[in-house]
Amino acid sequence: MTALLDVKNMTHFFGGLRAVHNYNLNIAPRQIFGLIGPNGAGKTTIFNLITGVYTPTEGEIRLENKNIKGLETNEIAALGLGRTFQNLALWRHMNVVDHIRMAHYSQLDYGLLGAFFNSRACRDQENQVRENAHRLMQLFDIEKYADDLVTSLPYGAQRRVEMARAMATNPKVLFLDEPTAGMTPDELVKMIRIIRQVHQDFNVAIFLIEHRMKFVMELCESIQTLVFGEVIAEGPPEEIQNNPQVIEAYLGKEDMT
Amino acid sequence: MEPLIESFNYILQNIINALQRGSFYAVISIGYSMVYGVLMLFNFAHGDIFMVGTYIGFGIATVFLAVLTGLVPPPVIFLATVVVTMFLASWIGVFVEVAGYRPLRQAPRASAAITGLMIGIIFETTILIMLGAKRLSFPPLMETVNYHIGGIYITNVKAMIIIISLLLMLALHAFIQKTKWGMAMRAMSYDFLAVPLMGVSINIIAPLTFAVGAGLASVAGILYGQAYPILDPYMGVLLGWKAFVAAILGGRGSIKGAALAGYLLGFIEIFVATIFPSTLRDFIAYSIILIILTFRPRGFFGMEHSTKLRL
Repeated sequence: MTALLDVKNMTHFFGGLRAVHNYNLNIAPRQIFGLIGPNGAGKTTIFNLITGVYTPTEGEIRLENKNIKGLETNEIAALGLGRTFQNLALWRHMNVVDHIRMAHYSQLDYGLLGAFFNSRACRDQENQVRENAHRLMQLFDIEKYADDLVTSLPYGAQRRVEMARAMATNPKVLFLDEPTAGMTPDELVKMIRIIRQVHQDFNVAIFLIEHRMKFVMELCESIQTLVFGEVIAEGPPEEIQNNPQVIEAYLGKEDMT
Repeated sequence: MEPLIESFNYILQNIINALQRGSFYAVISIGYSMVYGVLMLFNFAHGDIFMVGTYIGFGIATVFLAVLTGLVPPPVIFLATVVVTMFLASWIGVFVEVAGYRPLRQAPRASAAITGLMIGIIFETTILIMLGAKRLSFPPLMETVNYHIGGIYITNVKAMIIIISLLLMLALHAFIQKTKWGMAMRAMSYDFLAVPLMGVSINIIAPLTFAVGAGLASVAGILYGQAYPILDPYMGVLLGWKAFVAAILGGRGSIKGAALAGYLLGFIEIFVATIFPSTLRDFIAYSIILIILTFRPRGFFGMEHSTKLRL
């Protein structure tokens, strides 16, 4: 079986600091894959490398067997990697529906003249976007906030806006950077339900960074543990949970706090 | 009763003059704010882009007047001049972004500011070499008609300047609010990181922003040429700086703020000149703005704090 997203021997240096070393990843279509590890292990860096915010020093990244390493960030996004951010990167003072409409950018191909004369293609595409935005807002339960500025939303709703925005780019793999950070238990339960729903409805693979073990164990089919930029263990949740190295590096520390 | 009406008319007359003056500042200062919003830098070449735009408008107007007069009515010539000039001048904006600022995206902000100043000087000297130092006069695109309404005088040119500027700003508002590029520009003014990750290319949005700013400035140039029909290569310097002041006064990156502050600048200048000798006009007008900025250092609509990440 060919992988949907295939990363081989990826290494990255920030100046003299080796942030990621010899990293490999293989995500199958429709798989939910987890990435865990203590703070500063390089998890977000890996997201940034794959989604093209940085270009890795060494290694290979393929999406559907097509090389995406070194492409522009927006090209990679248009090819099918959507993501959210650890510290919400929403556009303050823009309302919710505009966030989601905006994320359709790469699917809109009308030109300036088309927009100026409000051509049929432009109208049709914009209507399509509006419909799609409406559907996404329903799914993520943010419809009631459609015309509100994102800054006025409860934190959990902001996270859902971000995820809806990422889904609006029509991704093949959805990258979620700590989707439950700062959430209340209620919001957490809701988030698990939504992720399951998204996974089912959109036929999308999900790659997620998470700190809450319960969340990872419940959702992921396969998990990697990252410590100091290197994967120390990879496997199904039960195996990772009982791996002594992982417990020492990650769970052990968390238990003490 | 008589003196009251007279002074009322006097004020009304000055309001119209202030609206005309403010229109130039408003339309030009929008170019500063848009670029700042998207790239977080001030394009100090903008005043000279305005100047080049005016010269392009001058060229197009001269050609169209020579070729089309008699064939089509004057308003059509005017409209054609505006559209063609806007199109050509927007490429000046694209050129400035691609050649001047793009290579410096990662460089310190000061480098970009200096680049802007240098591009401005290059534009000034290019025009100087091509057309010489003599002042040119902008051909009138329509016959001036004086209207006498109540006790005030208004020319059709003045009315046209005010109306076209307002229409341009409304069109820009629609562009920013409704189109995908406008939305991308708005999103860019809040952060750099997430926008490309949503599939938007900065290398499209940035030049487009410069193009829109330059296009607007060139129309301001044509209108300016109708009100003050003298062109010289340094005409963009003082006007550019004043529009820049308006952009700061309006709040960095705020288009709405820039437009309002542009009009306010027009009002302050005109009304200061009605009270004080005109040689003191700019001295007093800009002292007032300095005082306003002391109390509102972020301008009218400046963001309280920017969480924007700079690439």
